[in-house]
Amino acid sequence: MSGYRLDGGLVDHASALGFKFDGKSFNGLKGDTLASALLANGVQLMGRSFKYHRPRGVMTSGSEEPNALVELREGARQEPNTRATTIELYDGLVAKSQNRFPSLKTDLLAINDVFSNFLSAGFYYKTFMWPKSFWEKVYEPAIRHAAGLGSLTDDADPDTYDKGFLHCDLLIIGSGPAGLMSALTAGRAGARVILAEEDSLLGGRLLAETMAIGGQAGHDWVAAAQAELASLPNVRIMPRTSVFGAYDHGIYGALERNADHLIAPDAGKPRQTMWRIYSKRAIVAAGAIERHIGFANNDRPGIMMASAVRAYANRWATATAKSVLVFTNNDDGYKTARDLMAKGVNVPAVINTRPEGQPIEGTEVHAGATIVDTKGRHGVTEAIVQTAKGYTTNVLCGSIAVSGGYSPNLGMTCHQRGRPEWREDIAAFVPAGDLPPGQLVAGAARGVYDMGNVMADGVSQTKQALNDLGIESKVMTLPEVEGEATGTSHYWYVPEAISGKKRAWVDFQNDVTVKDVKLAHQEGYVSVEHLKRYTTLGMATDQGKTANVLGLAVMAEKTGKSIPETGTTIYRPPYVPVAMGAFAGRSTLENFRPTRQTPSHTWAAEQGAVFQEVGLWMRAMWFPQKGETHWRESVDREVLATRTDVGICDVTTLGKIDVQGKDAGAFLSNLYVNGFSKLAVGKVRYGLMMREDGMLYDDGTAARFAEDHYVVTTTTANAVLVYRNMDFARQCLFPDMDVQIISTTDAWAQFAVAGPKSRQLLERIVDKDHDISNDAFPFMGCREITVCGGLTARLFRISFSGELAYEIAVPTRYGDALVRRMMVVGADLGVTPYGLEALNVMRIEKGHVTGAEIDGRMTALNMGLDRMVSRKKDCIGFHNSQRPAQLDPNGPRLVGLRSLNGEGIIAGSHLMNADGEVSAKVDQGHVTSVCYSPMLKEHIGLGYVNGGDQRMGEKLRAVNPIKKIETPVEIVSAHFFDPEGGRLRD
Amino acid sequence: MTDLTPISPLGAAAPRVDSLGSITITEVTNRALASVAQRKGGSVSAGFKTLGFAGAPDVCEMLEANGHRAWWMGPDQWLVDAEFDTSGTWAKAVKEAMGDAASITDQTEGFCRFDLSGPLCVDLLQRLCGLDSDQMQVGAAQRTQLHHMACVVIKTEAGWSVLGAHSSAGSLHHALLEVAVGLH
Amino acid sequence: MLIPHPLLGPRDAGEFTYLGDATLLDRPDWQSETAAQDFYDYVYTRDNPSGVHRELWYHEYGDRSWIVVTRNVSTHEILGAELAQDVAKTKGSAG
Repeated sequence: MSGYRLDGGLVDHASALGFKFDGKSFNGLKGDTLASALLANGVQLMGRSFKYHRPRGVMTSGSEEPNALVELREGARQEPNTRATTIELYDGLVAKSQNRFPSLKTDLLAINDVFSNFLSAGFYYKTFMWPKSFWEKVYEPAIRHAAGLGSLTDDADPDTYDKGFLHCDLLIIGSGPAGLMSALTAGRAGARVILAEEDSLLGGRLLAETMAIGGQAGHDWVAAAQAELASLPNVRIMPRTSVFGAYDHGIYGALERNADHLIAPDAGKPRQTMWRIYSKRAIVAAGAIERHIGFANNDRPGIMMASAVRAYANRWATATAKSVLVFTNNDDGYKTARDLMAKGVNVPAVINTRPEGQPIEGTEVHAGATIVDTKGRHGVTEAIVQTAKGYTTNVLCGSIAVSGGYSPNLGMTCHQRGRPEWREDIAAFVPAGDLPPGQLVAGAARGVYDMGNVMADGVSQTKQALNDLGIESKVMTLPEVEGEATGTSHYWYVPEAISGKKRAWVDFQNDVTVKDVKLAHQEGYVSVEHLKRYTTLGMATDQGKTANVLGLAVMAEKTGKSIPETGTTIYRPPYVPVAMGAFAGRSTLENFRPTRQTPSHTWAAEQGAVFQEVGLWMRAMWFPQKGETHWRESVDREVLATRTDVGICDVTTLGKIDVQGKDAGAFLSNLYVNGFSKLAVGKVRYGLMMREDGMLYDDGTAARFAEDHYVVTTTTANAVLVYRNMDFARQCLFPDMDVQIISTTDAWAQFAVAGPKSRQLLERIVDKDHDISNDAFPFMGCREITVCGGLTARLFRISFSGELAYEIAVPTRYGDALVRRMMVVGADLGVTPYGLEALNVMRIEKGHVTGAEIDGRMTALNMGLDRMVSRKKDCIGFHNSQRPAQLDPNGPRLVGLRSLNGEGIIAGSHLMNADGEVSAKVDQGHVTSVCYSPMLKEHIGLGYVNGGDQRMGEKLRAVNPIKKIETPVEIVSAHFFDPEGGRLRD
Repeated sequence: MTDLTPISPLGAAAPRVDSLGSITITEVTNRALASVAQRKGGSVSAGFKTLGFAGAPDVCEMLEANGHRAWWMGPDQWLVDAEFDTSGTWAKAVKEAMGDAASITDQTEGFCRFDLSGPLCVDLLQRLCGLDSDQMQVGAAQRTQLHHMACVVIKTEAGWSVLGAHSSAGSLHHALLEVAVGLH
Repeated sequence: MLIPHPLLGPRDAGEFTYLGDATLLDRPDWQSETAAQDFYDYVYTRDNPSGVHRELWYHEYGDRSWIVVTRNVSTHEILGAELAQDVAKTKGSAG
């Protein structure tokens, strides 16, 4: 219990927010993060480490936090691996520590720490290799239980997530001193600006420092700047928004946390919004991240970054302990010591690794000294300091503020494989010239550290960006700021010679130590990329933001190379973890994709139809009647009723394309294997389409309504593809043809009316002045008519079922009324609605193909439709359909199949000879479609058999090795029912 | 006149209106639509003038005249609307105006249309499509992907018109409404 | 990615459907004596360069234009975009 609440800061001392951590109740203040509130309550221990289950506390005050990961919220909203440093405290917050069992203080798996010698770098590869079968059954489950982070809830996420799109001239990432000056510069110039800040407050470092900006406190200057920006209509300020990725052509991904600071989102409101930001220029003003120093047991709770300790004191009015030791290799650490003392916190000493150290009033500076070890079970209680002269002394402290120098926050600059370059003078990697196009970097993010210089850099980088965009900048005056000491050194870790063999942590989240890095080197992993994969350095959710440079420095030292020679790994999006729900947005469950409804949808639902999504369409599969308990009963009844009397089926889903123009006929002849130029007006023709590789991909009809006007139908599944291909042919292949196309799929409600009594039914709705008798309107006719008192309609005499059949189309809004009317006027004829399943049965009985047969791998010859292919004209795919292999007489041929044992055939089964082995080598073909035929009263199917047209009557086995079922079948003609087609011509 | 009773794309007898305070979403069913596709060597500008427009709408432009709207849909292609009547003759009227210069297709039923009004329309559109709706001027007509659906978004004096495929009216309306609720 | 549509300006790649090599515009003459080989080459022996490539994109969710985009497929830098119809017509008149 060492941390406590201070005065001042940017928290509301008059507020009290109650929250729970590991079941214990605490109070915090408005403005707190979970981390600051816990620290102020004296809680240092917040989690256990990934591999060794070491006690861990908070290390930073921002999104780079590697240690203090918690499970936030409960029930369906439980969220694992949430950084306590970025959780805004709200009343009623509940969080749990993770990766401990049974409790945070008594973690049985801390035994791993004792056996750490077995868990060093590459332990997965070394320890768990044999016996091989143990990996899946024993090792992996055990490791997954012991290692790892938080746990997921099994419940569905109850919240919604929005997605959105924003456009701007300039996206500014970060609202610290550089970002705010950038926003002011661009905003005043009139540019469209988006200022994105991951924190809830603008200001960045300005909120955590005590220096005066233009004569006022940093946060007051921020408030004034924010007020000005908010008054500009061209500036959009986005707090709580993490820009997580830099993508192509100035597109950035950003996550806005709309309701994460609330106990739950308000009803109907999104928890988060994922924005896709289209920027012409972007300024990365993301600041710099402080590094640790490697020293023995440097991971105890209470050992934190010096800048974070300062921020907790100044912004969050929280002392991390009553006594805070400072350990620094640079000037910035001094600032923490001064600020803490100004707040009344005891600083027993400043341990400065550099040989010279300016004295500070109120504490002792040990120049040239180091910390060689720390003590304390669940939090640091003392540090063992070795002075320049080699004496060791124990310093009691509840917290150690460590400053190992700063690393510019490079994430966003590397997302398109930009490689940062090393700057020796500031001991840090900075962005090089290979930034994502349109991106600039300002301030500490590119290694400019002094506050005044940072602000000036924000202005000048922005002026450059505006200049690129042709936007004139206004004259900018910088606020007066006192200079900062920014001297640093290259001190990375306390050498073993001083601290012995104790472990010094480099990557806290993945438990990588200095020793691991050295071991990796010893075992030959000298490339940084190998180092990363072998030790997992930098591979955790924080991507090693606080760790990577230290790891590289150790490696460089071991290889005897410089850091630039050693190189660095780079960062990938996302900069911070993003929940999958945010990527899904509102496209979840039944709203995963848009759906399409047929014009008779409401009516069909009233009839109790069973729907299935086909493409995007909701299609009625069958219409169960009272007493029917199995889908087959309904389907058999629908088939028999249609073949006996008359059935109705909504076929609106078939693609319809209006093709017009002087060259419409010639154009269609180029697309279909068969000719359409000579099709008579008022006639329909069936056609097949090939890809240019000679394989069929769709079939349909084209009806000619005028010399220069055809209406094409496509299969439901390929409507979009056929339209796209037609547009390709029109624009790219035959650009001089006079052809216009437009999709009319949605414009017409179209119903198949099939069965011996279909004409009788139609005669009752078609207006009397239209003669639809067999003579006046024979098979394959099409005509514009009127129905039901003058309503425009199109009538096609085409048949997929093999019955006397029509398709009738009316304007979509009347489709519902038309089907209801037909059901009424056809009641005495036995009119029956039928669904897609009955349609499928009837077409299999007729040997008509659909997508199961036209599967993109078959030619017209394979399908037995070679006679349709015209040799007298150009046609997409013709030449490649005639390549020698395609003409093989023993190639696949479409055949009918009869089950010989009374059992159903399984679609997808492969066909084997009646005797002999079952293997791919002797494969004879496969089954494409199956059904029970209520007309033939047997199980039948369609399929492809090698040379099948010559093998009628032969017996095969339809084999399904997965279900272990073999069905004896006989090869028959695919035209099972009414092979002469007499019924459809009556 | 036919005795069949039409229904709206959302499946009801009357068009639907949802008022949420800062956004009103109105289903529009009383417009007839015809597509105009210019033929090779033809010119549709005379036809558009006959219909009362200043000429053929330019790329991404919507023009209004005599209670009609016409807007660009693609190279050499436009849609032109009129008050719906049960005669279904709007496409024929357009064909008469255009003559052989264009192919005409009746698209009255091809689309559903939702009109949006209120101060939060831009916020709504920003959450559904990638258009820079904030910068669109009255008379701008853009085709785009809106919540995975191909749509036309038109900026008008009164607000916005969003047209989508008739068959996915339910999904389009759901998307508009859900996001609008989230904004309130 | 943003595809610079020749008529509409930059549009999100999500509005487009990708097809590939723009040599598909050079469809062989079906009546040529070498047509069989020509069509084989047309479909199967196209190049797949790792640098600058001319590709066909279809503005499926937009104005339904086919577009020839010149793009460095390694860096995603886009060097130009033309309406495929214009490119095809130019070829026609040149041939």
